[in-house]
Amino acid sequence: MTNRLIAPMLLILAALLTAVPAMSAEVDPERMRNLEKELRCLVCQNQSIADSHADLAADLRKELERLMREGKTDDEIRAWMVERYGDFVLYRPPFKPMTWALWLGPFVLLGLGAIIIYRVTTTSRKSDSEAAAVDPEKLKAALGRGKDA
Amino acid sequence: MNKLIWSLPFLLIVALILLLGRGLELDPREVDSPLINKPAPRFESTTLQTGEPTSLDDILGEVTLLNVWASWCVACRQEHPLINQLARSGVVRIVGLNYKDERVNGLRWLEQHGDPYAWSVVDGDGRIGIDYGVYGVPETFVIDAKGQIRAKRIGPVTPDYISGELIPLIQQLKQENTPSS
Amino acid sequence: MLTPGMGATGHLALAFALILTATQTLSAGVGLWRKNAALVNLASQTAVALFIVIACAFAVLVAAFVQSDFSILYVANNSNTQLPLAYRVAATWGGHEGSLLLWALMLAGWNGAVALTLRSRALDVSAGVLATLGAIGFGFLLFMLGTSNPFERHFPAQMEGRDLNPLLQDPGLIFHPPMLYMGYVGFSVAFAFAVTALLQGRMDAAWIRWVRPWTNAAWVFLTFGIALGSWWAYNELGWGGWWFWDPVENASFMPWLIGTALIHSLAVTEKRGHLASWTILLAIAAFSLSLLGTFLVRSGVLVSVHAFASDPSRGVFILAFLAATVGISLLLFALRGHKVQMATGPLNFLSKEGFLLVNNLLLTVAAASVLLGTLYPLIVDAMGLAKPSVGPPWFNASFVPVMLPAVVLCAAGFSANWRHASLRDIGKDLLRLLPAALAAGGGVILLSRGTFTVPWLLGLSCGALLILATFWSLFSHWRKGLSMQRGWLGMHLAHLGLGIFTIGVGAVSIADTERDIPLGPGETATLAGHEWTLVRLGHLEGPNYVADQATLEVRREGRLIATLKPEKRLYHSQPNNPMAESAVDVGLVRDLYVSLGEPLGAGRWSLRVYYKPFIRWIWAGAVLMGLGGLLALSDKRYYRRPRPVPAANTESVTA
Repeated sequence: MTNRLIAPMLLILAALLTAVPAMSAEVDPERMRNLEKELRCLVCQNQSIADSHADLAADLRKELERLMREGKTDDEIRAWMVERYGDFVLYRPPFKPMTWALWLGPFVLLGLGAIIIYRVTTTSRKSDSEAAAVDPEKLKAALGRGKDA
Repeated sequence: MNKLIWSLPFLLIVALILLLGRGLELDPREVDSPLINKPAPRFESTTLQTGEPTSLDDILGEVTLLNVWASWCVACRQEHPLINQLARSGVVRIVGLNYKDERVNGLRWLEQHGDPYAWSVVDGDGRIGIDYGVYGVPETFVIDAKGQIRAKRIGPVTPDYISGELIPLIQQLKQENTPSS
Repeated sequence: MLTPGMGATGHLALAFALILTATQTLSAGVGLWRKNAALVNLASQTAVALFIVIACAFAVLVAAFVQSDFSILYVANNSNTQLPLAYRVAATWGGHEGSLLLWALMLAGWNGAVALTLRSRALDVSAGVLATLGAIGFGFLLFMLGTSNPFERHFPAQMEGRDLNPLLQDPGLIFHPPMLYMGYVGFSVAFAFAVTALLQGRMDAAWIRWVRPWTNAAWVFLTFGIALGSWWAYNELGWGGWWFWDPVENASFMPWLIGTALIHSLAVTEKRGHLASWTILLAIAAFSLSLLGTFLVRSGVLVSVHAFASDPSRGVFILAFLAATVGISLLLFALRGHKVQMATGPLNFLSKEGFLLVNNLLLTVAAASVLLGTLYPLIVDAMGLAKPSVGPPWFNASFVPVMLPAVVLCAAGFSANWRHASLRDIGKDLLRLLPAALAAGGGVILLSRGTFTVPWLLGLSCGALLILATFWSLFSHWRKGLSMQRGWLGMHLAHLGLGIFTIGVGAVSIADTERDIPLGPGETATLAGHEWTLVRLGHLEGPNYVADQATLEVRREGRLIATLKPEKRLYHSQPNNPMAESAVDVGLVRDLYVSLGEPLGAGRWSLRVYYKPFIRWIWAGAVLMGLGGLLALSDKRYYRRPRPVPAANTESVTA
């Protein structure tokens, strides 16, 4: 008789086990830490809520845990914070028109620099013979300096 | 063109100096609220004095100042006389939000320093404060009759702020309320 | 024995120093204008006298701290009779006014040293440099005496001082600021040289050779100073971080990046004469960034954990000083920069100098990015819009893609020749080392206990490639029997350090793990294959604090590896602000790190436990870079007496 009970009991157990994650999401400590590091503690001088000892930071960490248990995604959690505190609460500035100059700036500068280098340098070998046609005075002075080096 | 390139570093430094000069006048810790011109977040709690249930609905219908305060907050004591004065003048209704405080301490503080609030909402764990984006006490919100946040003051109010910005705004909001016939 | 006049003596010394800087500037300036050697000599002697006077003022302040003379406000605000002696001395530069005096001391030191070595050089160089340095000193002392006098006195004197901020009561305070300031201020020498070259409208190789060791020296100090700061933050702040892209950290990093570019640019200009005006611009930029850093730290314009003083009124003075110094030099550059050319022929892209030019581009863009990220919130705020916050995620995303190619470029650069490099030779050399580099990268991943990803392997391999390329270059040079000069060896040591640094950063950024663990006595938790057991909790009393102390034992596979004792201290001067003192077990390929969090009641505490792979390589790499710089600047070729240059080439008269 016990054999016949085992199967349905196992089935119920399996159902329960799969249902539990759906009811309340597990709080992955690594994911939580990563999110905490991306959020600024507004009361402190430039610390994340992961590192700060302030009361507000502790409160926000609790809220973070609550939101994770409710199954919210990372993006939803960030949006929740921004809704209340504005973009300033994110350590990673969002990519929007106001921050285009910020995100693209370095690469624009690289591009400009590359263009300047292209204009300033040459790649031809024959440039060497052109350089050989130098002022003899300058050459003597250059040789004199060369001995010093 | 060549002249421009050689002058570029100089022009950049002039721009930088001007920027930094302007920066000296700004407060880097001040954060603009994203809730301006948005509906005030809903909440449900009890009043400090009587323990009756209260919610955002009680605030709707009239221009209101929501002043966030706490008994442990030193700067609140600094601005409180001005809040008292504002309440006595009858210019606007003031509702308090008792943030992260013990009931007993809050009531005692009001007894000692005066109670300018029509009522105070209890926010023991700070959840309501977080919904309102509160990060320092005191803070003051200007909520219009329809329940939209129109202004937020971070830090204690000053006489200049009250006469220069707060009262004109309140008057403007009140006029919005009563359509001209 | 307290001398009531100590504060007054110090104040008087500073006032006298102000007069001396004015004297130096005027006599050097007029001497340059009138080609008067005697006046320039006077400026030289004034510089030495200036150092002695400021050193005396500094000694007075130190003595005031040691003797706890609280009639001096600055001492009263930053010290305490119970403070241990070493920290009483270090507290001299623990606050705003004292740190400015340290700045002034360094400035006077470099100034005096330059004056002594310039004696045998051309008149116009000495005069120009001394005049510039004198003017800088004058402005600085004026600022100090006007707004931040460390000898401000108050009678009657207080009975007890407020104590030094507990965060600063660490060996790091003794060494970090002095090193850092030596670096910042040291760049003033290259700056003065650049201004002189612009004033003269020319430059020659002898001048370049003269300025290189000074620049190297400043760079070495700055490297050590930044590394010390990072190491100090790691040990002291309690959450295992070593770099936060905090505005004040960025303020020290920008001059370092530009300083590095300057060192490389100087090499090109000395060897081939190219990039002369670019070198001048970099020299101006390096010191300007030092001054900008001083402004940012003390004006309250940016939010930072380090900010010294948030005083906008002082900020105005520093800004004016910055505007005058940098504005005038860049105006000079705009007007006369084009005159300072030394090139003899075009610059070939595929050559060592071409590679160094690209190196300069990458370093400059990196510095500009750091500046952009640091100031961006302010820029948006100034425009009246809601400001974004720019934190480590942005800085890492912008900095790494720019600097990682630079690391590879260093490896390639060893095989590049001046004038004409053979792409084939370079490719051959790199490909020979590539398999070993990848294997080494894989080894690091294994030892870090991290999850393998291809980008991570590539990043680590860049560092490994640089290390291998350095050794290969040394080896093939030795095999050919060529002489190895100190400059050349120093360069190799520095690049080796960079490779090691890259591996350290790569490992710890990706693979470091941490956990918040609640533990009671006798309980164990696991992290990174180690078992952490809380053995007991205790209580102890220090000279000016009381503390809770936990004893932890760390085991791996049952064997005891380390015993750690983190503390939570309550300093008498700050009874509401407990400070965590973390405990670290140092290792070659990993650090074990633990700090006390909050008490949970019933003898249980929440602990934060970290496993940090290869983190020591970060500071080891930085130290090697600094040592490489030191070795390079000791190269004899900088110190040989210069041959007399034929009269036709110069209108100067040697003093």
